Amino acid sequence: MRKKINVGKAFLFIFLTIYAVITVIPFIWALSASFKPLNEILSGGLNFIPETFTVDNYITIFTEQGLFPRWLLNSVIVAVIGTALNLVFNSMAGYALARISFPGRTVWFIIVLAVLMIPMQVTMIPNFLILRELGWLNSYQGLIVPGMINATFIFMMRQFFVNFPKEVEEAAAIDGLGRIGTFFRIVMPMAKPALGAQAIFVFMAFWNNFMAPLIIMTDASMYTLPVGLNAFQSDYATYWNYIMAASMVFTLPVLLLYIFFNQFFLKGLSFRGDK
Amino acid sequence: MAKWKLSKSQLRETGQGYLFMSPAILTIVVFLIGPILFALFLAFNRVNLLGDVSFDFVWFDNFTRMANDERALIALKNTAFYVGIVVPVQTILALVLASSLNAGMKGEKWFRVIYFLPTLTSSAVLVMIFMWMYRPDGLINTLLSGVGLPTYNWVNDPSVALISIMIMNIWATAPFFMVIYLAALQDIPDSLYEAAELDGASGIQKFWHVTVPLLRPVTAFAVIMGIIGTFQLFDQSYMFSGGSGGPNNSTLTVVLLIYQYAFSNNQMGYAAALAVALALIILTATLIQRKLQKDEQVY
Repeated sequence: MRKKINVGKAFLFIFLTIYAVITVIPFIWALSASFKPLNEILSGGLNFIPETFTVDNYITIFTEQGLFPRWLLNSVIVAVIGTALNLVFNSMAGYALARISFPGRTVWFIIVLAVLMIPMQVTMIPNFLILRELGWLNSYQGLIVPGMINATFIFMMRQFFVNFPKEVEEAAAIDGLGRIGTFFRIVMPMAKPALGAQAIFVFMAFWNNFMAPLIIMTDASMYTLPVGLNAFQSDYATYWNYIMAASMVFTLPVLLLYIFFNQFFLKGLSFRGDK
Repeated sequence: MAKWKLSKSQLRETGQGYLFMSPAILTIVVFLIGPILFALFLAFNRVNLLGDVSFDFVWFDNFTRMANDERALIALKNTAFYVGIVVPVQTILALVLASSLNAGMKGEKWFRVIYFLPTLTSSAVLVMIFMWMYRPDGLINTLLSGVGLPTYNWVNDPSVALISIMIMNIWATAPFFMVIYLAALQDIPDSLYEAAELDGASGIQKFWHVTVPLLRPVTAFAVIMGIIGTFQLFDQSYMFSGGSGGPNNSTLTVVLLIYQYAFSNNQMGYAAALAVALALIILTATLIQRKLQKDEQVY
């Protein structure tokens, strides 16, 4: 009996290992190409370890491809500010919906839930026209402001604050803190786990977004990395060494976030999976 | 009337409530609710944005036009084909991977970390890596010919271009749903499996008669999320084809078509009508899922 189970397990282990290899090979292949000179890449060899190891590709994209550092900067600005605003605004809205009783609260809660179901394709054309009227095309605020709240995370923060111990706020009130002081100095610091999960997913959404910057940023110097990378590939289709180096630079920040905040990822995911 | 008078503390609560809600309300009104109404308005108009901006009310013209728009039908056909293949394959793959991982495997954590890599990576980066591996003399063809299998012109052959995108996206998305399955699997009590074992069930029987039925709500969730996501396919088609949906319209999707009409052909009214139609399809799918999930509450 025991032997049979082990055979089954070994089979599963092999299956999982093969799938892990399939998952990881494209990344390793790209990483290896980013350290190879172009002629080695185009020679069609299958070596994962570069014959001639070079960091020239990285140096070139930062020093000679004038716009690449700019795209990186644009991406960082949009993603960092966008994430910070989301953390504050989603939490404020979630807190109000959970803890403050004001007329219209139920209606706004329903609206937040309804907004969750709107596909962005419907709003993208009108939003383009609105941003054009505001003169916000080719601007950071054009990308940040429409995305500075997120209904999913307002909902998540509401669920978090509903279960938040009332005694903490009461104690703060006795100490003479007003509502705003209580929220920012007592409640927010205690919401770290929920904020951690939120920060990662919002940052990733801004960082990886392709469609919004494609529509809103028409001036090449305002591109974010995904749009810039695509434009670069169309212009320099054969320079896979640079494209792969740029791709690696692009992936690194999210990868670091993932490594450092792994446990928040799973929390955020299981929340999303809770329907 | 006295009922309507708010006490001082109630008034303060109201002010604070709306103060805390104000960024959310502002954004929802200006960038979500306003645009939806605006989109509905656009869908019934012929819109000209070049030179003098004009809106001509054209009743249902934009909607009736879809039936005769050959490219719209191609886009719908491509998208339906894509949804029909990708959703079942990625869902089954996710379930199989999750169940295998849940069998108390050594190194479960490492497998999970590796499997999650594509979920983290931007669609742009994944497309770059795959376009490069898909080259006629790229890694994939080299490996295929190395083991004596046929090779393809993955990106430029109209009969395989969409399939190339499917393979890439199944590879990229299945692990995301795997993690969701995994969380649900870990909530299934061991006693159920032990009971099945006492009844003499084999591993595969346990999977089929215990795991699969218990995971039905999660499967419904994965399927509907998959449908919503796949119907919105855009990034990969755009990048693979340089925005054209080619070769020969083989990677043209509904969202790419909407993008082309709105931002390349100056036909925002028709594009908005297509977007509204797509939203209705997605909304219907979502409502069906909600309904199904309510029925599942017995579990």
